[in-house]
Amino acid sequence: MISHVGRTFLGLVEGLGHFAVFCAGAALSPWKTRKLGSRILRAVHEQGAVCLPVIVVVGVFTGLVLGLQGYHVLSRFGSEGLLGTLVSLSLVREMAPVLAALMLVGQAGSALAAELGIQRNSEQIAALDTMGVNSLGYLVAPRLIASVLIFPAQAALFTVVGLWGGALSGSLLLGVDSSVYWAAVERAVEYRDLWECFLKAAVFGLGTISICAYMGFHADRHSSAAGARAVSACTTRAVVLSSIAVLVADYVLSSFFIRP
Amino acid sequence: MTAKPPPALKIEGLKKSFHGRPVLDGVDLSIPKGSIFTVLGPSGAGKSVFLKCIAHVIVPDAGRVEFEGRVLETHDRASRADFRRRCGFLFQGNALFDSLTALENVALPLEQTTNLPAAAIRERAREALRQLDIADFESHHPAQLSGGMQKRLALARAIVTHPDIVLFDEPTAGLDPLRRNAVFAMIAKYRRRLDFTALVVTHDVPEALATSDRVALLGQGRIAFEGAPVEFASSNDASVAAFRDSTAALRETLRSLETGEAL
Repeated sequence: MISHVGRTFLGLVEGLGHFAVFCAGAALSPWKTRKLGSRILRAVHEQGAVCLPVIVVVGVFTGLVLGLQGYHVLSRFGSEGLLGTLVSLSLVREMAPVLAALMLVGQAGSALAAELGIQRNSEQIAALDTMGVNSLGYLVAPRLIASVLIFPAQAALFTVVGLWGGALSGSLLLGVDSSVYWAAVERAVEYRDLWECFLKAAVFGLGTISICAYMGFHADRHSSAAGARAVSACTTRAVVLSSIAVLVADYVLSSFFIRP
Repeated sequence: MTAKPPPALKIEGLKKSFHGRPVLDGVDLSIPKGSIFTVLGPSGAGKSVFLKCIAHVIVPDAGRVEFEGRVLETHDRASRADFRRRCGFLFQGNALFDSLTALENVALPLEQTTNLPAAAIRERAREALRQLDIADFESHHPAQLSGGMQKRLALARAIVTHPDIVLFDEPTAGLDPLRRNAVFAMIAKYRRRLDFTALVVTHDVPEALATSDRVALLGQGRIAFEGAPVEFASSNDASVAAFRDSTAALRETLRSLETGEAL
């Protein structure tokens, strides 16, 4: 029992160390990679354009639900005029960065883990190494750089469409005056909220894409299975760990940012 | 009497184990410069592991690899980087990038490891495709090419950097006999044309004996035989005979089944 706990703990420490070495290697690799710009553009397309529809749909419905629930809670106290405040602060401070990150993990992160896992299995990563091409710089670094740009952009988009969703359910369907709703939004959201939102999104992006890339890149190392099952296992693990990481990081960051 | 040319590669005491099971147990070989050297052995003998240890895709547990007199140390990045620049590797499964076109696949090592301008890179990649008679398919993706064409595309990528040595990992795996012959003919043709050293691992005995300058047999994690193809063909060594005459043994078993002796 004690030896099992010890082995598990040592395995965890070894895994974290290996992950740290992987991240450090990826962080240093852009300087060793040529034509990085075109690779970053491709990654921007994967995380940006490809994920746009899901961000818009989830953002709209999150806003709709916030508007609906918020209206019924606030109307108990005769404070329907604060609906804009509730929707905007909920979105900017928590829901937009967290939900956008979770959606991006589900779409771009899982695709990345699966793609790298298949490239590991089919020896494409080994082929890069034998060619003298820095595989971290070619395959991982562009995705990490893109994540720092795209996650905040997607969180911003999520916030905008979420606010419109809140306006749709609050004003159009439930009768809150539209000008009152938008005035409350304008009063409630400060620049600091926006910066915190973007910072959170960038941290989530860097963290989750690192995890997904690590899992795919080492698909052969972290699974008892091989071939297609190894790819499936690494993709599942990447999505689960990234989602947990988003929620843990959100709690930690929020505890630093929190104010009355 | 002419002096013996220095070896392109010298391997000493190469060892590799997986989960405590030794796959390579002290392999010693010397690969003459400019030759086609083939390492034969049954499936699972560790031929691919041997090749990957040389290219450092797999880190060996022990042993020494020397390339043109310079020892390739695990932690000496400069020597390894120099070796990789001068070495091509043809993977068993080709390892082509399926999201890139044939031209982009061939251009990739030049784009990433040289300072050549884009037009020169394209021209050199097209030249490699022309040399392997697949220039008409430069805009095709690997999945749109036949197995033989994919093999030629992988070879084009391996030789586009004008390497001094090319490592071939089971170049005929999964190919029919006609294509197997064509691949070995291709290796012989381009080795002469481009003057590289070829190290091939395979279990195709007749093709290897017909095209190689020297052959070795890998068995039990060690080199069981090394010599000229004609010596391999006439060797009385038990392990060589067992591997070389495996088809004869099959024919004998089938004959005895037909005559009822084995029943």
